Amino acid sequence: MGDVFKALADPTRRTILDELADRDDQTLFELCSRLVMKHQLDSTRQAISQHLDVLEAAGLIEVRREGRYKFHSINRGPLEHIVDRWLDRP
Amino acid sequence: MRIYVTSVFVDDQAKAERFYTQVLGFRTKLDIPLGEARWLTVVAPDDPDGTQLLLEPDGHPAARPFKEALVADGIPFTSFAVDDIEAEHRRLEGLGVRFTQPPTPMGPTTTAVFDDTCGNLIQIVQLTES
Repeated sequence: MGDVFKALADPTRRTILDELADRDDQTLFELCSRLVMKHQLDSTRQAISQHLDVLEAAGLIEVRREGRYKFHSINRGPLEHIVDRWLDRP
Repeated sequence: MRIYVTSVFVDDQAKAERFYTQVLGFRTKLDIPLGEARWLTVVAPDDPDGTQLLLEPDGHPAARPFKEALVADGIPFTSFAVDDIEAEHRRLEGLGVRFTQPPTPMGPTTTAVFDDTCGNLIQIVQLTES
């Protein structure tokens, strides 16, 4: 759980999740294009790649290899644990 | 100075000529034997005197690892303009073309990315706002 909050503490990583919530299976190129064209975030591809590593380590995204391609999708599981812990009332 | 030709590295020129003409709809402009390879270019049918695309063999040992690294990150090698990206996406998918990105609004443009079957990803772009 600690990793989840650390991962969510960064505004660029939250924007990455916003964009991944729009559609599953995005390439690194598509994500970088969305960040620069829609959010004027001109981070380097390498920086975005590192953000994706943090999000993956926290279980917030899943990376899927298909042949020569690599796709990223949001994983809402860890966020549902937050809801279960504090927002779901008996 | 002007740009009269640009190129993509292809793994097989005959296969590339079929894909770029029969699937994408370009026309063969020049086909000149050059030893083992050909000087093989295609043009847009409605702009036959425009910029040519050279379908260049990727035989250099550095070319394939370079192409594979771009594809893994989803990065297109080059980009073509289309008038109606949704129609083009439907048409190409109907012909079995694999898209790694369906048409997606990107600021003043809508872009999509597909696999050219010759080791490259290609972007198509429609200007949606002037």
